[in-house]
Amino acid sequence: MSEIVGMVIIAIGVVFDFFGCVGLVRFPDIYNRLQAATKCVTLGTCFILLGALITCGSAPTATKAALCAIFILLTSPTAAHALARGAHLSGVKLWEKSVVDKYEDDKKH
Amino acid sequence: MRRLVLFIIAFIAWFLLVWPFDTLTNHLRWQSVIAGLVVALLTTIIFGEVRPRVPRQGIIKRCLWAICYLPVLFWYCLLANLDVVYRVLHPEMPIKPGIVKVKTSLSTASAITALCNSITLTPGTLTVDLTEDGYLYIHWINVRATDIEKASRIIVSRFERILRRIFE
Repeated sequence: MSEIVGMVIIAIGVVFDFFGCVGLVRFPDIYNRLQAATKCVTLGTCFILLGALITCGSAPTATKAALCAIFILLTSPTAAHALARGAHLSGVKLWEKSVVDKYEDDKKH
Repeated sequence: MRRLVLFIIAFIAWFLLVWPFDTLTNHLRWQSVIAGLVVALLTTIIFGEVRPRVPRQGIIKRCLWAICYLPVLFWYCLLANLDVVYRVLHPEMPIKPGIVKVKTSLSTASAITALCNSITLTPGTLTVDLTEDGYLYIHWINVRATDIEKASRIIVSRFERILRRIFE
């Protein structure tokens, strides 16, 4: 029983990861790509780890999976923030159809 | 004292992640334990100076609010994923990106960190930078408002109330 539930959750996670990768290919600039990569891959990977936690019987592996999920939840938004900030500070432009860039406006003053 | 606590937490985290027991022979793998001690010591040396100001009073109430916060965050995280899936699969790719500026009324560093991470995980928004006086720059995949008040109301206010109860 727990095996089936775990497999279903892993499948959901893989689907989210897949859409994150499609977004990585389709979106036009680094910031939009980061959005797709961060959100989908964070939740997708957490789902995969949760599925692994449910599927495996042993306590050490379950603990590892839970800890990894917590660390991913904490670190991946921070990494995305660092990448976006670094990209903007080193002069990567937004997509040409972007509506507004308050950050650029404020940097000029 | 603080460094000792940090050292113990780091070592426990290492221990749980590596789990240096041999399940067949029931032996402790000493190499892993020693490596863990070294890593925990390095962590303590590097991050011992970081002192988040944690308020002392009402710790139980704060923990309860934090537990209430988790399902809210998970719900928004799920919505964010469905939002990305919709935008990715739509043939015309309905995005209208831009970087807006919002104002937060939270003041402590840990509260603002939690707010930034929550904003990044929620639908269509990604924190790019923040200033000393409480302004955040947010990359928004579908800009609905460019002025500060309106954007703040849409993006920030849904987390601020509950985060203030946890951290301030």
